[in-house]
Amino acid sequence: MTVLAVRDLTVRYAPGVDAVRGVGFDVGAGEVLGVVGESGSGKTALALAMMGLLPPDARVTGSVRLRGEELLGRSDAELSRVRGKDLAMVFQDPLSALTPVHPVGDQIAEAVRIHSGATWPAARARAVELLDLVGIPGAARRARAHPHEFSGGMRQRVMIAMAIANDPVAIVADEPTTALDVTVQAQVLDVLRAAKEATGAAIVLITHDLGVVAGFADRIMVMYAGRAVESGPVEEVYRRPRMPYTIGLLQSLPRMGVAGGARPAPIDGAPLAAVEGAPLAAVEGAPLAAVEGAGPVVASAPGGGCAFRARCPVAVDACADGDPEPALVGPARHTAACVNTEATADPDEVFPLPDPVLPPVRPPRRERPAVLEVDGLVRHHPLYRGTLFRRRAGTVHAVDGIGFDVREAETLALVGESGCGKTTALMEILRLARPQRGRVAVLGQDTAALRRSRRKALRRDVQVVFQDPFTSLDPRMRVADIIAEPLAAHGVRAPGGRVRELLDLVGLEPVHAARYPHGLSGGQRQRVGIARALALEPRLLLLDEPVAALDVSVQAGVMDLLEGLRARLGIAYLFVAHDLAVVHRIADRVAVMYMGRIVEIGSVDEVYGHPAHPYTRALLDAVPLPDPRLERRRRRVPLRGDLPDPTAPPPGCRFRSRCPRYAELGAVEARRCQEHDPMPRPMSTDRESDQWAACHHPLAEARAVL
Amino acid sequence: MAAFLLRRFANCAVLAVAAASLAYLLAAAVLDPRANFDGRAPRPPESVVDAQLTRLNLNDRTSLAVRYGTWAAGVLHGDFGRTWEGQPVNAELWRRLGVSVRLLSPGAILGSALGILVGAYAAIRQGRAADRFITFGSYLLLAVPVFVLAVLLQIAAAKTNDALGMHVFAWVGETTPGAAYGTFGALGGLADRVRHLLLPTVTIALTQVAFYSRYQRGLMLDVLHADYVRTARAKGLRHRTALLRHGLRTALIPMTTYFAYSFGFLLLGGMFCEQAFGWHGMGEWLVEAISRGDVNVVAAISFLAACGVLSAGLVSDVLHGFLDPRVRSGAAA
Amino acid sequence: MTTGLIARTAAEHAPGLPAPAAPRLPRRVARSKRAVAGLILLAGLFTAAFAGPLLSRWGWDDTDFAAFRQGPSAQHWLGTTQSGRDVLALTLRGTRRSLVIGLSVAVLSTGLAGLVGTVAGFAGGRLDRILMWGTDLLLVLPSFLLVAVLVPLLGGGALVPLLAAVLWMITARAVRGMAASLREREYVLAARFLGAGPVRTIVRHVLPQLASLLVVDASVNVSVAVVAESGLSYLGFGVRPPDVSLGTLVADGQGAATACPWPFAAAAGMLVLIVLAVNLLGDGLRDVLDPESGPRRGGR
Repeated sequence: MTVLAVRDLTVRYAPGVDAVRGVGFDVGAGEVLGVVGESGSGKTALALAMMGLLPPDARVTGSVRLRGEELLGRSDAELSRVRGKDLAMVFQDPLSALTPVHPVGDQIAEAVRIHSGATWPAARARAVELLDLVGIPGAARRARAHPHEFSGGMRQRVMIAMAIANDPVAIVADEPTTALDVTVQAQVLDVLRAAKEATGAAIVLITHDLGVVAGFADRIMVMYAGRAVESGPVEEVYRRPRMPYTIGLLQSLPRMGVAGGARPAPIDGAPLAAVEGAPLAAVEGAPLAAVEGAGPVVASAPGGGCAFRARCPVAVDACADGDPEPALVGPARHTAACVNTEATADPDEVFPLPDPVLPPVRPPRRERPAVLEVDGLVRHHPLYRGTLFRRRAGTVHAVDGIGFDVREAETLALVGESGCGKTTALMEILRLARPQRGRVAVLGQDTAALRRSRRKALRRDVQVVFQDPFTSLDPRMRVADIIAEPLAAHGVRAPGGRVRELLDLVGLEPVHAARYPHGLSGGQRQRVGIARALALEPRLLLLDEPVAALDVSVQAGVMDLLEGLRARLGIAYLFVAHDLAVVHRIADRVAVMYMGRIVEIGSVDEVYGHPAHPYTRALLDAVPLPDPRLERRRRRVPLRGDLPDPTAPPPGCRFRSRCPRYAELGAVEARRCQEHDPMPRPMSTDRESDQWAACHHPLAEARAVL
Repeated sequence: MAAFLLRRFANCAVLAVAAASLAYLLAAAVLDPRANFDGRAPRPPESVVDAQLTRLNLNDRTSLAVRYGTWAAGVLHGDFGRTWEGQPVNAELWRRLGVSVRLLSPGAILGSALGILVGAYAAIRQGRAADRFITFGSYLLLAVPVFVLAVLLQIAAAKTNDALGMHVFAWVGETTPGAAYGTFGALGGLADRVRHLLLPTVTIALTQVAFYSRYQRGLMLDVLHADYVRTARAKGLRHRTALLRHGLRTALIPMTTYFAYSFGFLLLGGMFCEQAFGWHGMGEWLVEAISRGDVNVVAAISFLAACGVLSAGLVSDVLHGFLDPRVRSGAAA
Repeated sequence: MTTGLIARTAAEHAPGLPAPAAPRLPRRVARSKRAVAGLILLAGLFTAAFAGPLLSRWGWDDTDFAAFRQGPSAQHWLGTTQSGRDVLALTLRGTRRSLVIGLSVAVLSTGLAGLVGTVAGFAGGRLDRILMWGTDLLLVLPSFLLVAVLVPLLGGGALVPLLAAVLWMITARAVRGMAASLREREYVLAARFLGAGPVRTIVRHVLPQLASLLVVDASVNVSVAVVAESGLSYLGFGVRPPDVSLGTLVADGQGAATACPWPFAAAAGMLVLIVLAVNLLGDGLRDVLDPESGPRRGGR
């Protein structure tokens, strides 16, 4: 039974600036519709339009019917009787979406009271029930806590509790797990699933993550530049995508499951539409410069026609004749808005596969010199709490004795959840100074013994690429000056030709040299950041989540670039990331961090193929696969709970509070985990293997016995 | 926690003592009480002048260090010395403080409360006529110095009095002498006091409204589109209710910082008000004392003003903690 | 999707378009109505204050023994004072004083604030704590006292440096906070990690960011200085007779304001106009230079 029906929905911020253009769909009770799109595709505007929460100067036309009743055009008073009761919403960022000054229990109770008129005590009791339902331990006590006392995952559970407080008919969830770590994302999706079962609500799940949709949604709708370009049942669309954009999106994903790993194909160019961003930004009084920088905001492709035309490999002349209407291309209402569906009959033929990067010919690992050696590195921060009564609350063991080496022309990835210390470790190495404890040696030189001039000279060989291409480039400098800055800082002459060379190296045009960063897309900016890092021809490049801030279709291009550069220039990478799929694609070796320690390290094949540490296993399990059949068949043991307090790691093994294996151990075996901090040890006697793990009861042992 | 509070208080005390000492040293080094005798005819003999000045610890022929020592020893015992007339500073200080508090507090309280409300209202009506009117009004008011505003109000009051043919407004001094002994007795005295308070209160309130409304409007606009206000609406709250319950409550927090900041201006404004309305409060006394070279009075007032500014800072911190649970529980790392 | 992300993506996509270089400052200022209004008003005031006396028949210290306390006339456009001096000439003289004092105090105090704030914020540690403690001390010390006591001793010329000395502290705190946060900004870190020295980093990456804050604060300080000067003069501690300032004119005029409003109204009106013009310019500049805090911020 269809409970939520949207027809021809259009959101217009200003004449010619349309965030959503003629989108329609149906969602039945208990059904999940996944809405997928990159930033700027109009998905958030779509969600807010359904809720009637767009700013007043946005014009919404079309129809949104909830159980047959039209919602568009109603007054705020009338809508407020529907919102939160029949139609609920879960927002993306659970920190900013909860009022910081009210206890979470009261915020949930408020939602109950508004619609049921219950007394405060009754509503509070109901709030505690709801918190319990979404799996918040000690619900009665935690109901009195304020949002800042919860972790991201717990806050998102609170949001879900609030959404289901009045048994809604439909729930709109806007990127509910985007800000969360994979292990927590899995937990929150489970809660959302449970909430759906409990209320029987229809769910519209808006996300950019095709893996999440694969595992969670029944139907999928892909949005591009405000249009629904393809929709249909999840399995059908993933198996036989027909719109070139969907095809490219699916192919550009790095995949872990596939053996050998088909090389993802990047979609050229940047997403066209900024329609979602500009007007909202203007409404919110965002930086003037940002709006100016966007240039003419394009609502549809220049001169009309399919918005994806410019990036489409199978575009034909007919594509320019106006927006293509959705056409039936498969069973179960599988539609695609494409005029050239003949060309997409075989999805694999649409995007030309990039030339494979030949694996560099290099001597075996043991024979290559180490460019970076880290041994027993420690970094503790004092933690101060409170702004009014600032006091030292303890010590964060951000990095607590880690050791690894990176050899010439190889990539070591540091992976782990946020807060595991991977970025801190990177920054410690970058300082090129004496660490608090332990030893860092770059190109054989101990950083503790460096003099100032030596340190500066060494910086030429060690360069960095930051995560966020929006904050790591000085907004007041032109691209040419940014790239030339390291040269100038080291007194290298005549950078003019060099800048062009570097631009070319990272796949940018000479015209980009004269631009300011805000005139570039995210992917282009990150390329500028890479060019800057390469300017001095370093031998070691430290990369801090270099693709995490980029859209999927752009990510693939930047990773291609990084792979190609490594092959051509023979640089070693230390690559910090949280995305295991990305790491799988780019790294030779991987080190998994948990609470300041490396729990497992080894070659990518070994660690991904046969994880020895239960944490590695859990991380791998939690990554959603962008393939509905595989994703739904997986059996996984989710991690329990949140990270322990970083100032007081549990004695013994730090992971045991969340360890699924520890939970199964007998008392005798468990005692070892409680009392002894596990040290890294080799997992195999094989001379070729270099897989080490810090676990008393590694999974690999179990495998060896079998 | 206790240790922290102690440190905090100690720092404030050190600052207050340092400020008062600096004020004393500055005033004692620069001011010239001896000049007061120059105008007298006949000029008293030098020895009498010296004796008089020494008795008040104002003699510039005693070294500055010795005078400071004498003064500091007195202050340690809670004695700020003597005024030019030979009266104890303490007694007059408390009396004058009372006058200033009576003058300032109604206007300050009224003005800040009204300012916050008006500012929040303007933000909600952003861009409409009400907002434009409020914004323009506060703009204009901010550009009018207190002493000009006071005179303008006096002119307006005088015209009103003339037009009505009766003495509705009074603006000289704190009371009309003898009002408490009139027909209405003590009640009449109170009414008279209120009458005298009207104009000063309006003056101070207007400046405070202008200041607070401008900030509150800005802060409120920041939360107008906040995610949590949107969440509140998504729960089913009406727009305005969501703004008041979730928006305004949060937007009040940064106001506590401005409170400390505005306190200094309030004191300065009070000084002009006393001057303009003929109240014998601290501000007027300070002006007199500087002209007369009354070092002890200057130092005492400086000490009190420093204490006032510092406690405003403390109060704003406490308010901040009261309004913001993130500060209170201190988990905001 | 967070609003921050939205704002960013808005800035991001401009494929195939010519480089939207940041428009030059004057063009951006010209787009702010408030800044333009303030500038025009200020220019008018300057012209009047400096060119006016040249055209006027009466000097500010001339006495017309034929006209005491008169209303406006062809002879005296704004009337005369009790002692027969031309109100217009006096007011223009006071305006000139206020403008000069306001501007020079603003430049001096903002410069000092920029220096102390940048050093404290960028150096951090002990130097930071010492500098900020001193700033706090000066904030606590009644600034009025400092100026009122020292001006008579040092003479009228000391007014500007003294006012500057008591007005820089709040700006210094703001600058220090911003410098400290800039130090942690990713592109500043990037500069350090790629080998740029501290001086290069400050000059190329930190100062340009601080410049907008300093310009805006300087304009705020102009109006504070103008009001401070006239207030001191009003109380008799600033400009002393026979010289005049808007403050002394207000003080002289207020007694007879009901009966003879011209001297008071002229001086008070001029004072309000100056402050209004400077505030308009300051807010306009803030909108243009510091869009983060935007037109929505009230101002300081």
